[in-house]
Amino acid sequence: MKSVLVGMGTCGLSAGAQAVHDKLRELLAAHADAAKLGITGCIGMCYREPLVEVRENGRRVIYGGVTPERAAEIVARHVLAGEVLEDYVAYDLDGDAPARGSETGFLGVQERIVLRNCGTIDPESLEEYEAAGGYAALRKALGEMTPGDIITEIKNSGLRGRGGAGFPTGMKWSFAAQNAGDVKYVVCNADEGDPGAFMDRSVLEGDPHAVLEGMIICARAIGASFGYIYCRAEYPLAIKRLEIAITAARERGYLGRDIFGSGFDFDLKIKQGAGAFVCGEETALFASIEGERGMPRIRPPFPAEKGLWRKPTNNNNVETYANVAWIISHGAEAYRRHGTEKSPGTKVFALAGKVVRGGLAEVPMGTTIRELVYDIGGGIKAGREFKAVQMGGPSGGCIPAAMADTPVDFESIPQTGAIMGSGGMVVLDDMSCMVEIARFFLDFTQSESCGKCTFCRIGTLRMLEALERITRGEGTPEDIPKLEQLAVQIKEASLCGLGQTAPNPVQTTLRYYRDEYEAHIKQHTCPAHYCEALVDFHIDPEKCVGCTLCAKNCPVDAISGKPKETHVIDHEICVQCGRCITSCNFDAVYKH
Amino acid sequence: MATRASEAESFGYRLWRYDGAPGELIPLLQSAQEHFGYIPRRAIKYISEVTSIPESAIYGVITFYSQFRLQPMGKYVVRVCAGTACHVSGAKLLIETLQDELGIEVGDTTDDGLFTLFTVACLGCCSLAPVMMVNDTTHGRLTAAEVRKILRGYRRQAQAQGAEAGSAAGSRA
Repeated sequence: MKSVLVGMGTCGLSAGAQAVHDKLRELLAAHADAAKLGITGCIGMCYREPLVEVRENGRRVIYGGVTPERAAEIVARHVLAGEVLEDYVAYDLDGDAPARGSETGFLGVQERIVLRNCGTIDPESLEEYEAAGGYAALRKALGEMTPGDIITEIKNSGLRGRGGAGFPTGMKWSFAAQNAGDVKYVVCNADEGDPGAFMDRSVLEGDPHAVLEGMIICARAIGASFGYIYCRAEYPLAIKRLEIAITAARERGYLGRDIFGSGFDFDLKIKQGAGAFVCGEETALFASIEGERGMPRIRPPFPAEKGLWRKPTNNNNVETYANVAWIISHGAEAYRRHGTEKSPGTKVFALAGKVVRGGLAEVPMGTTIRELVYDIGGGIKAGREFKAVQMGGPSGGCIPAAMADTPVDFESIPQTGAIMGSGGMVVLDDMSCMVEIARFFLDFTQSESCGKCTFCRIGTLRMLEALERITRGEGTPEDIPKLEQLAVQIKEASLCGLGQTAPNPVQTTLRYYRDEYEAHIKQHTCPAHYCEALVDFHIDPEKCVGCTLCAKNCPVDAISGKPKETHVIDHEICVQCGRCITSCNFDAVYKH
Repeated sequence: MATRASEAESFGYRLWRYDGAPGELIPLLQSAQEHFGYIPRRAIKYISEVTSIPESAIYGVITFYSQFRLQPMGKYVVRVCAGTACHVSGAKLLIETLQDELGIEVGDTTDDGLFTLFTVACLGCCSLAPVMMVNDTTHGRLTAAEVRKILRGYRRQAQAQGAEAGSAAGSRA
């Protein structure tokens, strides 16, 4: 009996997995004895979605780029006739034999602890989670360990927070455990607001029980009886899968009163975010759960002492909790065998941008940027040149390609001026303007600033205005020292991480790409040919068919040409509004 | 058309269930928006009456979070992803194309009530960049031409639905 599994994470669904699933259901309806149809979460090979796996006797054959037509072929030839369609195989795993398929470079090198079940089990099935070893750690924690033992194990593993700050998790738990109180809370930060980051989304959609198990173990360790998962509303599928998991866990007795007869009570609830990036900051998150505007609060006192509703609270990121059950089951020693000494374990990265293979990669800490971009990511798309990698979202910075041999861990990355952050890694090529990237991030942080602190509220606006002037070709030499001064001031005078790190993209781009800023200001050029005000628009005679749409849409009549003949843009008249590019159906207009 | 009383009752179930537990304001607002499609003035009044939170404080919470709308939205809500990966893959061009095609700015609704246009920070589908969502459907790997085609498809769909409703009403006459 074969199993046919369709990857139904958000990426898969956006790429068309529902149509593939429906087609398979239709075709397999008549062959219930040959194959069983199921769903699975995101295995991380997002660039090859939709993915369909045919599993039999431990052999897993994963097909990529599946359309309903190809699904029909897979049923006819593989499912019914046992013939593997070698040309479409992305990944072929058979027991201990070396993996085969076109994407071994992507999946083969990963060490999957956090993503252990993603893409392997049905995320809506508690039975499959248990069959994969799920909740054994909870049984062990409640049956054989004291709360103190649990904390010691987590401390010994060296696990550090995966949300970006990297604070030692065991130590954080011990603070909450020590603080007296009959009411304590366990909170999971599932707000994942960094643009370009989708690690937490995939874990929540693909293996929600791993997060629940981690939270329940934490609650036992610190003495909490209630918890919250704060999940952003932009992740409706994650919320749905979490709700299914929580209901199932309650029915089985993993949540609720007297869990496993241990006398320990714990239950939790989901709180949906409402679209505020700042609510990823823990004190703002608490304010949001409490029903208020998400504005951060001063620390100390820290959440372990006075957090949600002023009670001792432990707050960790999704990925941090997803590591816990594995560590309790396999032991701290086993965890330390991955990664580096100061940064043990693995980290999930969301590779995106100009890289050939974009998706999720879980690698040991200490893997270099080069290995991530080239070995796993497959290098730069369209044969362009690798320029830089943007890490850490709006709190992070850009690391130039020349530093690609930097290992990715909590020690080495901050030395470059960037931060590792939550795992978002956007790869940039030579067509990316670094000044514009800084402007893009300031635009984001400016609009997400809660407004509480003067320097963040007004300072980010002034930085944004300066960057907009520069990218429009209206910058002056005074703008650079002004940006540098504002950066320092905003960092010093901001209460929370948003303001404290908002200047990072500007500082790192100034550190490594000062020449680009100067080119914009002094020579009024954009070396990457990106900033519209500083480039000329051209029409490619090879692609232009003479449809005259661009000329009709040009507000200043800068385009001339007869129907069915190549059109030409007059640069003296052109005001770089870009309407010609948006009107062209043949991609014939380009910037240079 | 539902009367004001029956509208209040269906959203009212949640209000009725309210038991004074702290931290319920945001879920109540989310429920109101799901029910009405936006948060009308009277919903704020109902919530204030039930929870004793002043209307001004509720208004402050609504305007803080970008999810909440105080105006009704179009039939099709278009959300263009403006996250980092989409940005470097040409999201700006898509936004300009959409503004051009629909004749509105980001945040507005077309006069015919069909489309509302927003940008979102990140939809989490970075490998399919650039991405936009129309209601619950995600469209990825977009180009300017694709975007226009997709929007015209929705426009035709709306016209077809309007024509069906019209002819159904006619046949009943």
